[in-house]
Amino acid sequence: MSKIREIAGPLMMVDGVKGVGYDELVEIILNTGEVRQGKTLLVEDDKALVQVFEGTVGLDSKTVKLKFKGRGLELPVSEDILGRIFSGLGKPIDGAPAIIPKKQIDINGNPINPVARDYPDDFIQTGISTIDGLNTLSRGQKLPIFSGSGLPHSHLAAQVARQAKVLKKEQNFAVVFGAMGITYEEAEFFIDNFKKTGAIETSVLFINLATDPAIERIATPRMALTAAEYLAFDLNMHVLTILTDMTNYCESLREVSAARKEVPGRRGYPGYLYTDLASLYERAGRIKGRSGSITLIPILTMPDDDKTHPIPDLTGYITEGQIILDRPLERKGIYPPVDPLPSLSRLRDKAIGEGKTREDHASVANQLFAAYARGKEVRELMVIFGEAALSPLDKTYLKFADEFEGKFIRQGEYENRTIEETLKISWQLLNILPREELKRIKDEIFNKYAKAD
Amino acid sequence: MIKKVAGPLVVAEIENAKMGDLVRVGEKKLIGEIIELKGDYASIQVYEETAGLKVGDIVETTGAPLMVELGPGLISSIFDGIERPLETLLKKSGDFIGRGIDVLPLSREKSWEFIPTMKKSDKVLPGDILGYVQETPLVKHMIMSEISGTLDDIKGGSFHIDGTIAIVSGKAVTMLKKWPVRKRRQLAEKAPVKVPLVTGQRIIDSLFPIAKGGAACVPGPFGAGKTVIQHQLAKWADADIIIFIGCGERGNEMTDVLLEFPHLKDPKSGRPLMERTVLIANTSNMPIAAREASVYTGAAIAEYFRDMGYNVALMADSTSRWAEALREMSGRLEEMPGEEGYPAYLGTRLAEFYERAGFGKCMGKPEREGSLTIIGSVSPPGGDLSEPVVQNTLRVTKVFWGLDYALAHKRHFPAINWINSYSLYNESVKEYLLANVSKELPKVRGIALEILSKEAELEEIARLVGVESLSSLEQLILFTAKSIREDFLYQSAFDPVDQYSSLRKQFKILNSIILFYGQAKNALSMGVELSKIKEIEAIKKIPVLKFADENKADAIETELIDQFHALTGRVSHE
Ligand SMILES: Nc1ncnc2c1ncn2[C@@H]1O[C@H](COP(=O)(O)OP(=O)(O)OP(=O)(O)O)[C@@H](O)[C@H]1O
Ligand SMILES: [Mg+2]
Repeated sequence: MSKIREIAGPLMMVDGVKGVGYDELVEIILNTGEVRQGKTLLVEDDKALVQVFEGTVGLDSKTVKLKFKGRGLELPVSEDILGRIFSGLGKPIDGAPAIIPKKQIDINGNPINPVARDYPDDFIQTGISTIDGLNTLSRGQKLPIFSGSGLPHSHLAAQVARQAKVLKKEQNFAVVFGAMGITYEEAEFFIDNFKKTGAIETSVLFINLATDPAIERIATPRMALTAAEYLAFDLNMHVLTILTDMTNYCESLREVSAARKEVPGRRGYPGYLYTDLASLYERAGRIKGRSGSITLIPILTMPDDDKTHPIPDLTGYITEGQIILDRPLERKGIYPPVDPLPSLSRLRDKAIGEGKTREDHASVANQLFAAYARGKEVRELMVIFGEAALSPLDKTYLKFADEFEGKFIRQGEYENRTIEETLKISWQLLNILPREELKRIKDEIFNKYAKAD
Repeated sequence: MIKKVAGPLVVAEIENAKMGDLVRVGEKKLIGEIIELKGDYASIQVYEETAGLKVGDIVETTGAPLMVELGPGLISSIFDGIERPLETLLKKSGDFIGRGIDVLPLSREKSWEFIPTMKKSDKVLPGDILGYVQETPLVKHMIMSEISGTLDDIKGGSFHIDGTIAIVSGKAVTMLKKWPVRKRRQLAEKAPVKVPLVTGQRIIDSLFPIAKGGAACVPGPFGAGKTVIQHQLAKWADADIIIFIGCGERGNEMTDVLLEFPHLKDPKSGRPLMERTVLIANTSNMPIAAREASVYTGAAIAEYFRDMGYNVALMADSTSRWAEALREMSGRLEEMPGEEGYPAYLGTRLAEFYERAGFGKCMGKPEREGSLTIIGSVSPPGGDLSEPVVQNTLRVTKVFWGLDYALAHKRHFPAINWINSYSLYNESVKEYLLANVSKELPKVRGIALEILSKEAELEEIARLVGVESLSSLEQLILFTAKSIREDFLYQSAFDPVDQYSSLRKQFKILNSIILFYGQAKNALSMGVELSKIKEIEAIKKIPVLKFADENKADAIETELIDQFHALTGRVSHE
């Protein structure tokens, strides 16, 4: 007979078990009838170390019964998951009945064979200039938003979810949303948004709120990605997956690691944080011969806005670029406050250009980037030496930077710009600068587009 | 029988267990390796996901260590960390990698045309080349003997790799060889390195070269350009064989290589680059223990080709992920942690790995020389170079290409910091460069580096007092440094012409810039104003040089000299 020997933090050590596997699902049945779920983190002789997703508060070592399930944690799926809202552990919380499953899928998934992958190079138009123009998103890409507390990352993500589309391709689009430890308001904001636009019909939501059990968050992104894989690779849909807030997820991992007394890595996060995050982020992608895809936008709030903090750092080491929100831009009242300079989409160059967006896209993007960087430098110079020290050209750059922020970066939360519109604004801005400053733009491109309108 | 399962670590009681032996774990017969023996118990690192393994499950030993298979069929293939061919895994388990799938690294069905180069009754020693297979148009795959004796028989023709191609003193010899993954293959004699590995990357070849047989460390924060550099080297380095190990990194980066390499042409032969490349992909989401093994699998394959007398280059991206796999296993074994939780033997493991780089005489006849060059990227947390993996790597590598966040942020690529990067091979490869490029190279290089380091100092000063307060000479240095940076060091990996520069072209571009500097300095001393110098027409042609034919530079040098002559002539007339 299995017996709980010790409970500490989110973990319990169980004695007297037989035939229990590693990473196995455990049902923990309280004498109130409440059932919690856990998984084994270690099995040794007749002992098992169990991590309890709903937390251990209220458990005792006498009356609680354990049922080892002989399998891992699974998500029941069928097409009916579309339009539904689940808890962080995959239980329906929208009042509607449980899913009649076509399939039960282990939430850990299996790694995509690298030779099965197809390269993400289909341009997604998000309608947001700083993304489409400068840090282009591709179908199947994993591109996180690095944000800070209080910055409008939720609004940006919701806008992307509302507006994202692929040009000239038929749409078979779904959104999977995984929330880990966010506030009720934030969750409501997303749900409301999806409802208003009707997107809820083609969305699947997994919601773990700040008030929900912290350890459950370890399962939530896996639930979301399992649903995404099912929609993408079984039902051939293009799935945009948003995971927020990864910082809360990592904190739950740290909590378990600390409870296990593992040797801590940087800032107390476990040494395997990189591998753990990779096991999530790498589930994004495209597969040869299948028409669906998973595009992944994880959102994380950088503690102290510090990009070298382990969470953004390790995320950046795995994802294919990053969109960085900037507090000074936000303070100027600019939405979305995306700082294009440290932001990067590593897959941009393969997703843009003739036949994808427009032939001038790459040179325009490079020139905007260079000019804005120069403009910001001039701004700093002005702070040190005063405006009098600026040359006429410097002043032109200063004007460029201001207008770039005001017209290109800034846009409405419901403003959906086509790529042509984004490029049109780009040329208007570039025309502020003298031709000889536009070194990244070849004559033929300049002549064709600079005075196009 | 399993006693304990903790992530990738399994502890089991096994009969006749030997350290390093390959074992099969559980019902699914997962692949594992014994990494520690304590009393009756063996600690096993399991190369596949361990979920579902139970206490009491059976573990069987194969009685032999984990081996790599060596032979025709390696080139153009892509393997996981323990040399399972990913194409075959795909056929057997579909788009997602399943568990417990038994696959052989090399195909037994494919036939190869074996052409003997030794004949019956020849005496044979280990390492002797018995014959070869033209594996791809670029690679003659030498079949080497592992034993000594007399050739009772040898025959050419079409064979499977496990078919008998020769009999040496009564023993059948096939083209298929097996070698313990972690065992190093020896050269007959190591020799000092002397020839550069030409990479076509200007900052590398001209400023911080790596020798064939050398080892380099490429650290940098995320997004600084480690993978792009490794890919550039895999594409353009003048090695005979490339081994690229994607160690705990992105799946899409391997897809990128797989899609691109078959279409890229080797600059020397015009053949697809894939025809000289072996890929090992154990991406970040694949089992961590196999990630640990991947660098050894790569090194064993690399040394095998080196032994044939080839120049082999091995790229490992990223060694930090390997070190993290070591840390993970060490933690599970409850070993005493060293710095940042890494095991105390981290330094030794890294040193052993990079020590496998080298140049020298191979074993056996005919006499031949081979080299193995190792380039490892390192991903330090937060870009902080003081962390243990970087520090231990720098102790054993002689080249440091430090990728810099600030440069990458400004989109200056490759973002190799020219102030703190170094190569200790400059002296070793000097003679080769003098003979093959130019006698002037060391001088030109020296001046260029001096200008760049002066620039760094002057920029500090200019930030405090403004550029205008610098002397004309100082402003000329800034002007020249800018040209070195933009017209020479900046190199796009994506421009079809710019991505590769021949050694001669590299020298010509740099020489033109340094020539300008010399002329300009002279003109300044004769009283010509800097603003006049900056107006010289020929300068405008320097930025175009990297896209032009290498001989174009000669004309520009002549123009430069003429135009300076005119300028100084006018001054001295006034
Ligand atoms: N030589 C180059 N030319 C043009 N662009 C480059 C070059 N090197 C790097 N880049 C740009 O920098 C981006 C990041 O480079 P890369 O993927 O090599 O970084 P990394 O150091 O390997 O990062 P990580 O550690 O996250 O893997 C590339 O996607 C590309 O946009
Ligand atoms: Mg990389």
